[in-house]
Amino acid sequence: METQLISNEQIEGLLTDLLENYGYDFTGYSRASLKRRVTRLYGLDKIPGFSEFRYKILNDGFYFKRFVEQITVNVTEMFRDPVFFKSLREEVLPRLGTYPFIRIWIAGCSTGEEAYSISILLKELNLLNKSLIYATDLNPAVLEKASLGMFPLSYMKQYSENYISAGGSQDFSTYYTAKYSLAKFDDELRSKMIFSTHNLVSDHSFNEFQLILCRNVLIYFDRDLQYKVLELFDDSLEELGYLALGTKETIDFSRIVKKYKRLPGDKIWRKVG
Amino acid sequence: MVKCEALIIGGSAGSLDVLLKMLPAIDTQLSFPILIVVHRKTGSDSLLPELLSGRTRLRVKEAEEKEKVVPGTIYIAPSDYHLLIELDHTISLDYSEKINFSRPAIDATFQTGAEVYKDGLVCLLLSGSNADGVNGLKTVKRYGGKVIIQTPENAQVPFMPAQAKLHVEPDFILNAEDMAEFVNLLSKP
Repeated sequence: METQLISNEQIEGLLTDLLENYGYDFTGYSRASLKRRVTRLYGLDKIPGFSEFRYKILNDGFYFKRFVEQITVNVTEMFRDPVFFKSLREEVLPRLGTYPFIRIWIAGCSTGEEAYSISILLKELNLLNKSLIYATDLNPAVLEKASLGMFPLSYMKQYSENYISAGGSQDFSTYYTAKYSLAKFDDELRSKMIFSTHNLVSDHSFNEFQLILCRNVLIYFDRDLQYKVLELFDDSLEELGYLALGTKETIDFSRIVKKYKRLPGDKIWRKVG
Repeated sequence: MVKCEALIIGGSAGSLDVLLKMLPAIDTQLSFPILIVVHRKTGSDSLLPELLSGRTRLRVKEAEEKEKVVPGTIYIAPSDYHLLIELDHTISLDYSEKINFSRPAIDATFQTGAEVYKDGLVCLLLSGSNADGVNGLKTVKRYGGKVIIQTPENAQVPFMPAQAKLHVEPDFILNAEDMAEFVNLLSKP
């Protein structure tokens, strides 16, 4: 697709609409990516003009839902970056296993692939029964999908390979049942998950956790918003808890860095100060 | 003389050889940044910057998110992320859907680069086996930027530059051997 011409002013106008009418604040999002998402949707839905597009978003609640679903990036995988999940399995989770109760927050969980991956790790480490996974996203539609625990069967080969690279030794296919073109993951894995909407831009801390995962979310935020969200994570993390980010994300620029010690080689930081 | 505030090079299968040939002959006093987007296997990360930095005295690094693009530096798109350029010349990384089965996609960098540098952008499309880059080059043209492609017959895998030649009117068509000299001419003394 060649990009349609949407001006930067039009984008800013749209962001103002969303904030004033729906209370959704996208003004702290990195513009290049956001503009690509908006342009993509605009082209996809073949709307005749930008003013119609803007009008539809403002006046059609269903379309607004679609808009939010489409402009946020929801691409994810099970056991993506196997090395990271290996570190969780071998270093982080065993240490958390010494606690009587483990609370994990997956912020920006999208369609839930990461939540099910963590759940599998907890189960294999015999920690699932004393754990709770809070999986949140600003987008209600992806949370509905996440709670179903069904992913395309055609992805299972890749996910199984990821799982093995992440130190998994079971037969991955024992965790799901094939239903037509979908793999339905065991209810047991789902039993310790709580799904809820949470907007990192506008919502506050809602609990204290020993592990917070927020991977490939901060890359879509500008520095100020990244800064703010990292403070929110710091407020939500217990002493000696862990914060895990995506492979290209960091806390180095922020004020919280002083209190954290990074696990060598991983984008995992432990709160030590 | 061609105006150049930034050079973006895109390539796929068969493009690494061209880069290895071209980089050693590029002047170390370059008046613009070079951004390189090459398709490759996921997970083979730091290898490419390392490999390329062995061939030039220019600074070569993997592009980091929020990093400001500065002249005289070569930025490599990390594997498995799209590299986007923001209006303030900083880099954004993006993990959205693959484009043309590719992430990083050449189109994404060409398109966002075009909007930022407009007629100050020069894009070079090398050897490759899919049509990534072609839509991006259309955007580059529309914003007044310059389009260069590798001569399809000179490319190990002609498909990508051939597609570009078919759908966009390139400003220059060059053989691999002549690219370094061309890049040096773009640089302001």
